[in-house]
Amino acid sequence: MPAPGRLILQRADFDALLDTLARRGYTVVGPTVRDQAIVYDEIAAASDLPVGWTDEQEGGRYRLARRDDEALFGYAVGPHSFKKYQLPAKVTLWRGRIDEHGGLTDVREPAREPARYAFLGARSCELHAAGILDRVLLGGSHPDPGDRARMDGLFVVAVQCGEAGGTCFCVSMKTGPVAEQGFDLALTEVLQAGEHYFVVEVGSERGAEVMNDVPHTNAGEPARAAAEAVHARTASQMGRQLDTDGLKELLYRNYEHPRWQEVADRCLSCGNCTMVCPTCFCTTVEDVTDLDGSHVEREQKWDSCFTVDYSQIHGGAVRASPRSRYRQWMTHKLATWWDQFDTSGCVGCGRCITWCPVAIDLTEEAAAIRADEHPQTVLGESGPGV
Amino acid sequence: MSELESELAQAPVFAGLSPAHLAVIAGCGREQHVPSGTVLLREGGTADTFYLIRTGAAALEVQSPAHGPLLIETLHDHDVVGWSWLFAPYRWQMDGRTTRECALVAFDAACLRGECDADHELGYELMRRFAASIVDRLQATRLQLLDVYGRAPASA
Amino acid sequence: MDVLQPPREHAAPAGPMLPAPAELVSTRRDTSDTWTIALRPLSGEPFAFAPGQFVMLSSVGHGEVPISISGDPAEPECLIHTVRSVGLATAAICQAQPGAILGVRGPFGTSWPVQAARGGDVVIAAGGIGLPPLRGAILEMLAAREHYGRLVLLYGGRSPDQLLFTEELERWQQRGLEVLVTVDSAGPEWLGHVGVVTRLVRRAGLDPVTTVAMMCGPEVMMRFLVVALGDVGLSADRMYVSMERNMQCGIGHCGHCQLGPTLVCRDGAVFCWETVRPWLAIREL
Repeated sequence: MPAPGRLILQRADFDALLDTLARRGYTVVGPTVRDQAIVYDEIAAASDLPVGWTDEQEGGRYRLARRDDEALFGYAVGPHSFKKYQLPAKVTLWRGRIDEHGGLTDVREPAREPARYAFLGARSCELHAAGILDRVLLGGSHPDPGDRARMDGLFVVAVQCGEAGGTCFCVSMKTGPVAEQGFDLALTEVLQAGEHYFVVEVGSERGAEVMNDVPHTNAGEPARAAAEAVHARTASQMGRQLDTDGLKELLYRNYEHPRWQEVADRCLSCGNCTMVCPTCFCTTVEDVTDLDGSHVEREQKWDSCFTVDYSQIHGGAVRASPRSRYRQWMTHKLATWWDQFDTSGCVGCGRCITWCPVAIDLTEEAAAIRADEHPQTVLGESGPGV
Repeated sequence: MSELESELAQAPVFAGLSPAHLAVIAGCGREQHVPSGTVLLREGGTADTFYLIRTGAAALEVQSPAHGPLLIETLHDHDVVGWSWLFAPYRWQMDGRTTRECALVAFDAACLRGECDADHELGYELMRRFAASIVDRLQATRLQLLDVYGRAPASA
Repeated sequence: MDVLQPPREHAAPAGPMLPAPAELVSTRRDTSDTWTIALRPLSGEPFAFAPGQFVMLSSVGHGEVPISISGDPAEPECLIHTVRSVGLATAAICQAQPGAILGVRGPFGTSWPVQAARGGDVVIAAGGIGLPPLRGAILEMLAAREHYGRLVLLYGGRSPDQLLFTEELERWQQRGLEVLVTVDSAGPEWLGHVGVVTRLVRRAGLDPVTTVAMMCGPEVMMRFLVVALGDVGLSADRMYVSMERNMQCGIGHCGHCQLGPTLVCRDGAVFCWETVRPWLAIREL
């Protein structure tokens, strides 16, 4: 591990960092403005980044706005997360031919080469989410070779958030705003008094090697203090907060709370939350044949627990009502995930709040249940009740 | 005779009981008004309160994972909702839910069992009437099970 | 660059998401909608499994479904399944003829506590298509008959023509399995019980202290059986059930089979009743 010093990368030298990564064979993916949002895509130069843009986020609201400076990372998080690369929306698991007996022959799978991605702009919440997805996909008795291949050899340039989004609550979830591990380099953008530079924390040997090829200086006390001030300011700006004390047990006690119906009366079951959530991992497995039935592909595709089909067994869905489906999503995220994978499922990024068309806010729902519990008894007692 | 007692006298399950016995039974009950959709019984729950429907309707249901609640039977004016309070281990076997706004008499099961223990004549009279009601419902259920409306009855 | 479909491919190695081919060697129609099939893995390798486990069974291109293994664990050369035809995939599997190749992934899931039940009595309660998932356990226990006290099978079906494995029931009886069968409805030629299977519990005269119960069938039936067994004194930690939920991957990655904090493909399908009881009490969990 390199010495725990900090380096300074000037704004003017930012492209040198991107060029160094490209020369080493990495495809840099990072934030860019498209379709009035900041999304993740391939980045060739600093000018591809959302220079001078910020995002205004609230429940059910996302707008881009111009900043009055030229910050490269002056926004929170957009609808994409790096999940789109770690667990792609559609993965072909294998393909083959069907012989005359109905057997599969000539089965092939995509070569599992490391993707050689460099993630630029990964926030602390996203790094935690990536770790959670790794736990889900690699931690069981059948580790997913696809996930391993996509994550091995990944180069991570994290960005410490310069401002919190309107729906952020990573402080509550203890997943930010400062990334402490899981990166090769972590940048804190500093703009003040005519200066524009990045304080760089080196997180790995590979990170140190890359910085050797990029113009930099050592960070003195003023720069380090400036970076720390950025971190502290962000931590104080959280748009939401979630009391996680005993949260799992709280939800376990309140499965029949009337609040679930109240949320269901608003929820459209659109599944936006599951699409934008960086930890939602549910997939469906589909075999697709060509028209003459001679070739077949097995596809793994993102799925959402909000669909009625999701819980279908012999002619009916276990979770037919929107109430049961919203409850499933929220209790999985904040409670049962702990028992399944030994972590919370939520990293406090706020995307589900921002991208819900009706601004349902799981922090508000959890608080409402906590403020006025309606515990179900284990087997249900008699007596009038709803 | 109080108003409650004369109400109870109209229910088949309490019909013909002496005024003294009706008074004792009424003493274990209280009037209750509940909206439609109120859960009266929950499968597995403790059968400590049972109900007489004065006006309204309720449904007995069994939950099934893929099909939701399966309707077993509907109950109406003057029907008793819940029998499992009569016999140990005093646990409900299915769900019961009002399907209309209901005027109910809610009975404290332990109170009524205690009164029956103390006065065996009361106990005998009540058991006779409940047994008749249960036999009646059992016969009806058996007929229901025959599924006679099908192309062939279920047993053919 | 399209990372989802990289240009290079290679022969797919065996893995949990790739079905292994198995040849259908025989198929037998049991009832109007149920078939029992025997498969032989083309690899020639025996398919070791524990009773209660399941595979993801596919007719390539028609879909894939979780099906319990109903064979004898002591005969792993042949994979036996009893399948009810209810949809596209199961219809294709049920209509397959000898020589057809089906796809098998697995075995997955937990198994019946056949070992742990040694030294005591065992009651096996099955309803309808719930008997096949218990068949392997029955055979394994009969093969080690001396390690058990009473072995009792309570089996309920809709009607006599819907009962499965009727000839085997007699052979099992000869090997020391007490068999009580009941149907919901029957004609006059039926000489057995008529009535729901829960009514057989009292008739069996079980010793609650030494008995372990293994149950499989419609969820409603299992809930009522649990009550009936509880009424004769069995505790929740002595009862085991086989649960069913939507399954896509079988390996704990797709999320579909969640039952509260458990994943049925990983923590089940066989569960101790004590574990699932509080979760099944929640409607539409």
